[in-house]
Amino acid sequence: MSREAVRGVGLLLSIGVLGLIVLLSLWIGTKSIPFTDTFALLFADDGSGDAAIVRAVRVPRAVLGLLVGAALGLAGAVMQALTRNPLADPGLLGVNMGAAAAIVSAIAFFGITSPTGYIWFALAGAAGTATVVYVLGAAGRGAATPDRLVLSGAALTAVLYAYVSAILLLFTHTFDAFRFWNVGSLAGRDFELIGQVSPFVLPGILIAFLLARNLNVLALGDHTGKALGANVNRTRAFGVLSVTLMAGAATAAAGPIAFVGLTVPHVARMIGGSDQRWVLAYSAVLSPILLLGSDVVGRVVIAPQEMEVGIITAFIGAPVFIALCRRRKLATL
Amino acid sequence: MRTIRTPAVSLRVSERALLVSTAIVALTAVAAVATMVTGDFPLTVGEVLTTFAGQGDGYADFVIFTLRLPRLITGLLVGAALALSGAILQSLSRNPLASPDIIGFTQGAATGAIAVLVLAQGSMAATALGATVAGLLTSAAVYLLALKQGVQGFRLVLIGIGVSAMMLAVNSYLLTRATLESALAAQAWLVGGLNNRGWDQAQVVAAVLAVLLPCALVLGRRLALLEMGDSAATGLGVPAERTRLALLAVSVGLAAVATAAAGPISFVALAAPQVARRLTGASGPGLAASALMGGLLLVVGDFAVQRLFPTTQLPVGIATGAIGGLYLVWLLAHEWRKGSTT
Repeated sequence: MSREAVRGVGLLLSIGVLGLIVLLSLWIGTKSIPFTDTFALLFADDGSGDAAIVRAVRVPRAVLGLLVGAALGLAGAVMQALTRNPLADPGLLGVNMGAAAAIVSAIAFFGITSPTGYIWFALAGAAGTATVVYVLGAAGRGAATPDRLVLSGAALTAVLYAYVSAILLLFTHTFDAFRFWNVGSLAGRDFELIGQVSPFVLPGILIAFLLARNLNVLALGDHTGKALGANVNRTRAFGVLSVTLMAGAATAAAGPIAFVGLTVPHVARMIGGSDQRWVLAYSAVLSPILLLGSDVVGRVVIAPQEMEVGIITAFIGAPVFIALCRRRKLATL
Repeated sequence: MRTIRTPAVSLRVSERALLVSTAIVALTAVAAVATMVTGDFPLTVGEVLTTFAGQGDGYADFVIFTLRLPRLITGLLVGAALALSGAILQSLSRNPLASPDIIGFTQGAATGAIAVLVLAQGSMAATALGATVAGLLTSAAVYLLALKQGVQGFRLVLIGIGVSAMMLAVNSYLLTRATLESALAAQAWLVGGLNNRGWDQAQVVAAVLAVLLPCALVLGRRLALLEMGDSAATGLGVPAERTRLALLAVSVGLAAVATAAAGPISFVALAAPQVARRLTGASGPGLAASALMGGLLLVVGDFAVQRLFPTTQLPVGIATGAIGGLYLVWLLAHEWRKGSTT
């Protein structure tokens, strides 16, 4: 089989695994509902409590896991391709810290403490910060090196971190609500929230895939990219837009889950090589596998309590990631 | 440009680097004097000088030698240690984002400190010890996991990411399960601060720095060669793998002593070397300038939190993040307007 065929089969297998995990996430939970009943209830609402759990709790949670997972993985992949920096995660554009700063303000000054209440604050904070970082880091005349983008992201993140820390230390009730958002969780989210984030996530995903070819050219360096006829600045601007849409909405919906966006693209690159089309496709499938799979594990490990998905992703993902880094030949950026 | 062969300035020194370093030292001195004379008990410069000469009254003696001076010295040394640590790691990994967290130190130390604070309600000394031990163990784990026919910079970075993420997850878990009170204590430690630091901390940091600083500056001469790649460095007579291990050890040691004394003060390790590099216009790792910059950032930051918010006792980490971050933003914006390509 050619290398492309192997990658194609691998992608199909991954999609199959993702399908299985979606089924598991509908079936497994604190309330045990028999497997066959779960799917009967899925298609026919019999008005029972079990039906409400499956249809109003587990289905939105699975859908959100798929959306957030794909968004985080893709955002990480695009971000690493744009900056050519393996330490880059979607949070680097200030998206996570911008969202955190907005949410901290929302809790401290407006007394808001629910995920649905956070969302517009988080989105506004993420978008505002990402714009400033982009203007500082990439919009100069001939000075737009990836390192500058990375540094302006880090600088602004530090300023916002200082603001967030100050508020948290000054208003203790804010810290109490914030520490639970800050872990990252899919619990307690409903269809309304999905309706709020998908208008941002879905266009972001579309833009990411449309950019794949241009990102391939950009990987050769700005000068070569220009020489080959790519519009480097336009690619970068759309890349930042897509990362902001995806990571901003994902963070707003589920809290900052940095690990997924940081590591899954590296794994995708080990499989997909340097071709961004494969890297993006694998990132989009592998990330929800990690996120939803971790969510399912989180419901089981300390049942009847739940462990937040942000904690489990790192616990399951990191050892796998470390093992892969040791075994595989690493594909540098 | 010429090479000066004393341990302190063993880099190729340009006039601009020397000028910038002098300016940083001067600014640090101004900030130090300002810290000495202002506060709840204002003193004049004359009073400070007579106290230093041993002729001050008991009240000025107490304010200076017990309250202000040890804190100032701890801050200065901690800042220098963090900046040096960051400068070495940024050069080794050829990555401007590198700081002691890429080798897992910061998150590991945080896990140690949070565990001590949350699980055992430990004292300040116990927290410092827990942080140091956990941080060193985590760094050793990252290095050993990355070891495979020598350590490749890129693999070290990736494994550092993985291990840090696990430690971060442990931290979040401990914070959400703790009572609000101990979670707040842990959060305050995580920001890093100099409140209630006295001669004990200053002495420890000074002793460790007295050993590690010369090592860093001597080994730092080889950094520029390592930046050219392992084979080029080996060809020029630098044993790449051994030098890298030694530099990593020095860098982790510096981060460890700084974290033990003041907690993981944010952003100094990342920002100080970058700001120093941008000001001196140096192409290589300017270790001396970075260390001076780190000291300045911390002294100014601590002055700001002490005098702007005298009642709330905010930790210095907030000021270093805000000042360092804003200054780096300003530098980048300035470059952006000039359209220069550094």
